[in-house]
Amino acid sequence: MLFIDNISISLGSFALKDISLQVNKGDYLALLGVSGAGKTVLLEVLAGLQKPDRGRILFEGRDITREKIQKRRIGLVYQDLSLFPHLRVFDNIAYPVRRKKVKSLDIKNRVAELASVMEVDHLLDRYPETLSGGEAQRVALARTLASEPDMLLLDEPLSKLDVKLKSELRALLGRIHKSGKTVIHVTHDFMEAATLATRVAVVENGRLLQHGTPEEVLRHPMNEFVARFSGIKNIFPCTVTQSPDDSGLCIAGIGGGMSVYFLGKGEKNEGFVMVPQEDIIVSEKPVDTSAINQVEGVIKESYLSGYGTEIVVDAGVEFVVSVSKSSREKLRLQPGKKVWLGFKASAVKFMKS
Amino acid sequence: MQPDNPKHMLRNWKTGLVFMFLSGLILLFIIAPLAGMFIKTPLAQYSETFTDTELMSSIRLTLLCSLAGVVVFGIAAVPLSYVLARKDFPGKGIITGIVDLPVVIPHSAAGIAILGIVSRGTVIGRAGEAAGIQFVGGIAGIVLAMAFVSIPFLINAARDGFESVPEKLEKAALNLGASPWRVFFTISLPLAKRHVLTGLTMMWARGLSEFGAVVIIAYYPMVTPVLIWERFASFGLSYARPAAAVFVAVCLLVFIAMRLIAGQTARKG
Repeated sequence: MLFIDNISISLGSFALKDISLQVNKGDYLALLGVSGAGKTVLLEVLAGLQKPDRGRILFEGRDITREKIQKRRIGLVYQDLSLFPHLRVFDNIAYPVRRKKVKSLDIKNRVAELASVMEVDHLLDRYPETLSGGEAQRVALARTLASEPDMLLLDEPLSKLDVKLKSELRALLGRIHKSGKTVIHVTHDFMEAATLATRVAVVENGRLLQHGTPEEVLRHPMNEFVARFSGIKNIFPCTVTQSPDDSGLCIAGIGGGMSVYFLGKGEKNEGFVMVPQEDIIVSEKPVDTSAINQVEGVIKESYLSGYGTEIVVDAGVEFVVSVSKSSREKLRLQPGKKVWLGFKASAVKFMKS
Repeated sequence: MQPDNPKHMLRNWKTGLVFMFLSGLILLFIIAPLAGMFIKTPLAQYSETFTDTELMSSIRLTLLCSLAGVVVFGIAAVPLSYVLARKDFPGKGIITGIVDLPVVIPHSAAGIAILGIVSRGTVIGRAGEAAGIQFVGGIAGIVLAMAFVSIPFLINAARDGFESVPEKLEKAALNLGASPWRVFFTISLPLAKRHVLTGLTMMWARGLSEFGAVVIIAYYPMVTPVLIWERFASFGLSYARPAAAVFVAVCLLVFIAMRLIAGQTARKG
C-alpha cells in the first residue's frame, strides 16, 4: 500500500499543494489532469527524483520520503521514455539486471523473457533512435519491469500512439496490472483512464480535486473541471429559475432561450448543468416518454467517435449526443435534419459554481 | 524574402562578396605564415632536422610531458566539469571564472605563480625533494606548467558535454536501481564522450605548445618551444625555422590523428 501524506513541493512558479492519496496494493490508479497540472512532478516525488518540501510517503508500511532512489523499487516510465540512446535495446532492457554477481546467461534469459512478453524480441539489436513510438514504448516498459518494481508509474504511456497501437498497448497494460502490479498511470484522457483504472484521481493546479472509482467520478463529478475531464461534453452554465417543487423538480435557464428540468435541492443558484451524452434520446417527432426535457434542433455535425457515432445538435445551445450506427442509419441522422432530443430530469446533473 | 535567414542574406551579391573576401582574408592570415614557414625551409634541411637528436628528444619530451599532464590533472578535472554542468550552488559564477583564469593571465605570470609554490623553500618543493621529485628545472615542473595553462580547455569542453546529456536519462538510470557511481560511468560519461575526448585532445595540444610558463619553471630539460626560441635567440631565424616547421608538422599530425580517433569512438559509442 502506498500512502501519500500531505505532500507539498514548489518548483519555481509551480507547486503541488497538500496532496494526500492512498493507493492499495493491486490498484490501477489513473491520475487525471491537464498538462502542467503537476502529475509528472507527483510521479517524480514518489520515485524519489524530487524531494517534497513537506509531507511523507509511506510504502508497504515504511516511510520512504528520504529513501534513496535506487532502493525504492518504484519504477517510473517517463513520457519521453528516456531510453539510453547509446545502448542497444538489449542493453537498455538489461540495464537494471546488470548488477554484480548476476551471470551473463541469467541476464540474457531475463531480457529474452521480458522481450517476448513485451513483443520486442525482434528489436534487441536495434538502437533506440531507430524504433517507432509503439516499439520504444514497449522497450521502455520492458526495461522498467526488468528492475522488478513493486509499483509502476507511467507518465502518459498512450499519448503518442495511434488508435490501433493504443488499444494494443492498453491491453498490454491491462495484462501487466492483472499480473499483480500496482500501477499509477498519468493521463489527460478520461476514457483511457476509465477503461484501465480501478481508481481515478483528478489533479488541477497542483491540488487533488477528487478521487474514487471511475464510476463515482463519472457519476458525481464534484465540479465543472472534473466533469469536463470525464469526457461529458454537454456542460452549460446556468441560472436556476425555479427552486424545487414537491417532487424536487427545478428549472434552470441554460442560455439560447432554453430551460431544462432537473432534480435538485436548495435555492436559486448560479452553476452548471450537465447532460451525459449517452442519456439523450433522439427522435423525429416529440414522443411521450418519461423524458420531461424535450427540445427541437438541427443536426450540425455527425462523426465517428471511439464508441459509435456522435452528432452535434443545435437547439439554441449545442448538444453532443451518442447514437449507435443502426439508429443513425434508421433515422438518417445527417447534418441539416431536424430532430427532437429528450432526456430525463434525473439524468441532468447540477453543480454550484 | 526572409532577411533574417543568412542563406538568403548571402544571396545578395554585394553582401556575399564582402563576406567572402573577409573570410578568405582571415583564413589566409592563419594559413600563410605556417605555409611560408614550410616553403622557406629548404628540403635538405628537413632530412638534417630529422637526424637532429637534440630536437627529436625534445619533441619526445614535450609530447610525453603534456600527455602526463593530461593523465594526472585531466582525469581529476572531469568530476569538476560534471559538478559545474549539473549543480547550482552559490558562487558558481566565481568558480567558472577561476577555471578560465589560466587562459586570460599572461603565461609568463602563470609560470612565476607556479614557481612561487614549488620552489625549493616551499612546502610542496620540500615535499617533492624528499620524494625525489624535482619541480624547478625538472620534468615534474614542466608537467605542472603545461597542465596549468591547458586545463581550462578540458574542463570547459567536458562541462559542455555533460550539459548536453539530458538529466532525465540519469534520473531514469537511478530509478532503474543503478547507483550514482554506475550512472556516471554507464550513462553520463559515455554520452559526453565525444566532448570529453575533444577536451583531452585540446588540453594535450595546448600543453605541448606552451612556452611562457614552462621556460620560467624549467629552461632545462628543454621542451621544443623553448628549444626553438633558444635557436632563434642564439643563431637567428634560419636556424630556428626548420625546428619550428618540424614541430608544427608533428603537432598537426598528432592533432589530426586524435580528432579522427575521437570522432570514430564517438560514432561507435
